[in-house]
Amino acid sequence: MQASPRPLGPPHSLLGTPLTDTPGTPSYPLTDSFPTLPGPPSTRAPISTEPGTLGLLRTLRPGPPVDAAPWRLGPGSRKCAVPCRHLPRWSRRRLLPSASAAIGMWSRRSCRYRPDASGLEELRARRREQESALRKARRQQQLVSKRLLREDSLVNGDGQAGVEIAVEPLSDQEILQLLRDVQRGTEERKKLLSRLRQGLQHKETQQKFVRLEGSMRVLIGLFTSSLANVQMEAARCLHELSHSCDPAVAEACLPATSYLLTYLSGHSVEFTELCLYTLGNLAVESDAVRKQLLPQGIIPALASCIQSPHVAVLEGLGYVLSQLLQAREAPTKIIPLVLDSVLPQHMLQLVSSNLELGMGVAVEFAWCLHYIVCSHVNNTLLISQGIVSTLVLLLLELASVMSKAATEGLELLICPVLRCLSNLLAEDETEGCKVQIQDERLLVALFLFMQYFLQQHPFLVQECLWLLNNLTADEPIFCSAVLTMDLLPALLQLLSCSRMVTLLALTVLCNIAEKGPAYCYQLHQKAVLPSLLSTLALSDAQVVGQSLELLHLLFLHLPEAADDFLSQAGLQALEQHQDNPQLQERVRALSETYLQPAAASLISCASASAAVLPSS
Amino acid sequence: MLLPPELSVSLRVERPLLPVRPRTPPRAPFCFSPSRLRFHRQHEFFEDGDIHRHLYLQDILTNVTEVTERSKVSEFCCHIVGCCQVFDTLEGYEHHYNTLHRNMCSFCKRSFPSVHLLDTHILEWHDSLFQIMAEKQNMYQCLVEGCAEKFKSSKDRKDHLVKVHLYPSDFRFDKPKKAKSSTKHNKPPSKLDVSMPMDVNVETYEQSQADSMEICPSESVENPTQPMSGPISSLQEKKLYKSRSVFPLCKLLLQGSGLHMCWSST
Repeated sequence: MQASPRPLGPPHSLLGTPLTDTPGTPSYPLTDSFPTLPGPPSTRAPISTEPGTLGLLRTLRPGPPVDAAPWRLGPGSRKCAVPCRHLPRWSRRRLLPSASAAIGMWSRRSCRYRPDASGLEELRARRREQESALRKARRQQQLVSKRLLREDSLVNGDGQAGVEIAVEPLSDQEILQLLRDVQRGTEERKKLLSRLRQGLQHKETQQKFVRLEGSMRVLIGLFTSSLANVQMEAARCLHELSHSCDPAVAEACLPATSYLLTYLSGHSVEFTELCLYTLGNLAVESDAVRKQLLPQGIIPALASCIQSPHVAVLEGLGYVLSQLLQAREAPTKIIPLVLDSVLPQHMLQLVSSNLELGMGVAVEFAWCLHYIVCSHVNNTLLISQGIVSTLVLLLLELASVMSKAATEGLELLICPVLRCLSNLLAEDETEGCKVQIQDERLLVALFLFMQYFLQQHPFLVQECLWLLNNLTADEPIFCSAVLTMDLLPALLQLLSCSRMVTLLALTVLCNIAEKGPAYCYQLHQKAVLPSLLSTLALSDAQVVGQSLELLHLLFLHLPEAADDFLSQAGLQALEQHQDNPQLQERVRALSETYLQPAAASLISCASASAAVLPSS
Repeated sequence: MLLPPELSVSLRVERPLLPVRPRTPPRAPFCFSPSRLRFHRQHEFFEDGDIHRHLYLQDILTNVTEVTERSKVSEFCCHIVGCCQVFDTLEGYEHHYNTLHRNMCSFCKRSFPSVHLLDTHILEWHDSLFQIMAEKQNMYQCLVEGCAEKFKSSKDRKDHLVKVHLYPSDFRFDKPKKAKSSTKHNKPPSKLDVSMPMDVNVETYEQSQADSMEICPSESVENPTQPMSGPISSLQEKKLYKSRSVFPLCKLLLQGSGLHMCWSST
C-alpha cells in the first residue's frame, strides 16, 4: 500500500483551512495567502508625500472588499430531488497561481533554448524575417498569429536553437496503427497518444491525419473520454492540429468545438488552458470557424469562464477573446455580444489586477479592450463602467513599478492602454459624454515611459505623444503642467527623433502655444526657438509645415519672439522653403505679417539709437 | 531624455494654472487648431505596436531563461473510495478528479464535465416531478450556456442544438434516457472502428452504458467494502460521503467478472 499524502483533493478548490503537510508532499498555495485584487479605483486618489522616488505616483487605493462568502466546496450534495441552484462558481475574485505546470504563457514567454553565439544570430535573423512577414500581413489586413502550448520535455537536451521537433513524422500506416492500438488498449494509451502528438508537430503528419477516414472521430472520442490522462493527451493532439499553418487541418478540428466549449466550464486548470488556446487558434483560422463558434455560444462560455481565479485560465481566455476581437467582422458581429455580457466589467478588473501575478492576464485583456475601443462600437458603455479612471490609475501604477524592477514586457501592457485612453479621449461628443482627464500625474507617467522606452521600443514614444496630444488639445491643465513641471526640455529633445515623433511633439507644442500669451512666453523663455530652427532645416513638408504653425502662434501671442527669431537667422531658415507649394503661403504670411515689420522696426530702432549716439 | 531631477518631488497637489486666452479660429493661411486625434483599428499608426504584439504571441520576443521543471511528487493514489488511480503529478490528479469525481451523479454514478450538465441530468433523469411537469410545459432546457430556450422533449432540444447552435448530432453529452442495453462490442476492429462508442474506457460493462451521458459502472454498490487508502481527516471523510462521489468498487467488480483492470496512469 503506498503512502499517500493528506487527501487534499484538487488544489485550490476545497477547504480554506490549512492542512498540515506530510513529508514529501508539496505545499499547496492556500486561499488565505493569495494576493488579492485591489478594490475599485477611485477617480482621484489622494497623493502621498513620499519624497525622492516615485512614491507620488502610488495611489492610495481602498483595500479589497472583505468577502465573507466561502469557497465553493467540491461536489455538493446531489441527493435532493430538485437540483439546487448553482452557487457562484468562485465566490471570491482572487488571482491564483495555477498548479505548477499551468503557470500561464506569460511566465513561459522566453525561448526554451539556450542558444550559443551562432544560435543567437540565427534567432535574430529568424526574428527579422518574421517581423517583415508580419508587417506585410498587416498591410494586407491579414495579421494573424497563433499560440502553441507545448510540453517542455520535447526540447532538445543540448539546447540547440531552432530544433523544436525531436521526432520523425508519421506515415499513414503508423497513424492507423497508433489509433487502432489506442482503441484496443493493448498498450499504454497515454504513450501511444504521446507518440501521435509528437508526430503531429509535423505538417505532413497533420495533413495525413486529417485525411484518414475516421481519424478525427476517434480523436474526438478520446478527447471526450473519462480517462483523464487519455483525454489530456488527445487534447494535446488536437492542440497541435489547431496550430497548423494549413487551414484544412485546422478546419478539420471543427467537430471538436462544441466539446471544447463544454469543457471550458470544467475545473482542471491545465486542461481548460489547453482548450482555450486550441479555441483561440481555431478562432483566427477562418470566417467559417467563427460562424460556428458564435452560435455555439462561445461568448457566454467565456463570460462564465472569466470568473475563474486561475492565472493560466484567464490568460488563455484573454487570448481567445483577443483573437475573436481581431476578426474582420468583429465590430458588427462579435463586439456587440461582448459588450452585452459581463465580460467588460471583468476585463476592467483583470487589466488592473495584481501585476506581479497577473501580468500576462493584464496584457491579454488590455489588448482586448484596445480592439473594442478602436472599433468605436459603443465606447459610451465602457466609459460608464469606469474604464477611463481604471486605465489612468493603471498607468500610474506601471510608471511607479517601472523604475524599481526592470519588468520586461511592460510595453506590451502599456501600449494598448495608451491607445485605449487616446481613443476614448477622442470620442465624439455627440455620441456620448466628453471624456475629461485631469490627473496631472498622468503627465509624469507619460514622460517616464518615454524616457524608459526611447532606446529599446521607440514605437511607444509615439503612442505616448498621441495621448499627450489628446490631453493637451483642450485641457489647459496639462499644457500648464508641461511648462511648470519643467518637462519642456524633454519634449524638445523628441524633436530630433523619427518623423512621426517629431510631428506629434510639434503638435503638442502647438497645443500649448495656442492657449495664449502666458504659454507662449514660457515656451519662449525655455528656448523653443532654437529647436524650431532645427526642424526648419528638415526636408519633410509636413514637419516644416507644423513648425510654421507653431511659429505663427508664437509670433501672434508674443511679438518679441519674432525679434529673437530674426536675430537667430530665422528668415534665412524660412526662405529655403519659399518655393515649396505646400509651404510657400505660410512662409510668406510669416514674413510679411511678423518678420518684415519686426525687421523694419529693428532697423528704425537702430537708426534712431544711432542718431542719439554722439558721432565720433 | 532630459527630465528634471526629482521630478516627482516638484509635483504639488494644486498647481497654479497659467491664464488661458479664449480660443479663436486660426487665421488663414494657417490652419492649425488643437484637436483630439482618433485612429481606427487598421490605421498604420498602430503598425509597430501591433507587430510587437504578434511577435510576442509567436513567442519570438525575448531572450532565454531556464524553463521550470514540472514538479513531480512521489506516487499517490486517488482518495475516492474504490478508485485506485495512481498519480505522480498534481495536475494529473486534479484532472482525473475533475473528470471522474467532481460532477458525479449520486443516483447513477455518471460523471459530467460541468455542474451545469450534471444538474440538467439529475433534473431530467432522476426527478419524478420533472416528468410530470414535462407533460404540461416545456421543460427540456437548451444545453448551451446563455440560451434560455426550453423544449417539450429531448428530441426537440437536440434538433434545436443541431440547427441553431450547430452542435454535432451525436453530441456526447446529450443522450436521451433509454433503457439499459447490454450490447457488447467485442469484435476486433479490422480497420478503424468508428462505430465503436466514443468512450474508450473499459471494454465490457462500459459498453452497456453506451447510451449514457458519461461513464461509470452501472451496477450500484451500496457500501464501500474496501478500506480507504491512506489517512483521511474526519473533515475529508464527511465530505466524501456527503459528496456524491462514492464510487462503487470497480476493482471488486472486475475481479468478479474475471478481468484484470487496474487503472494506472503509468
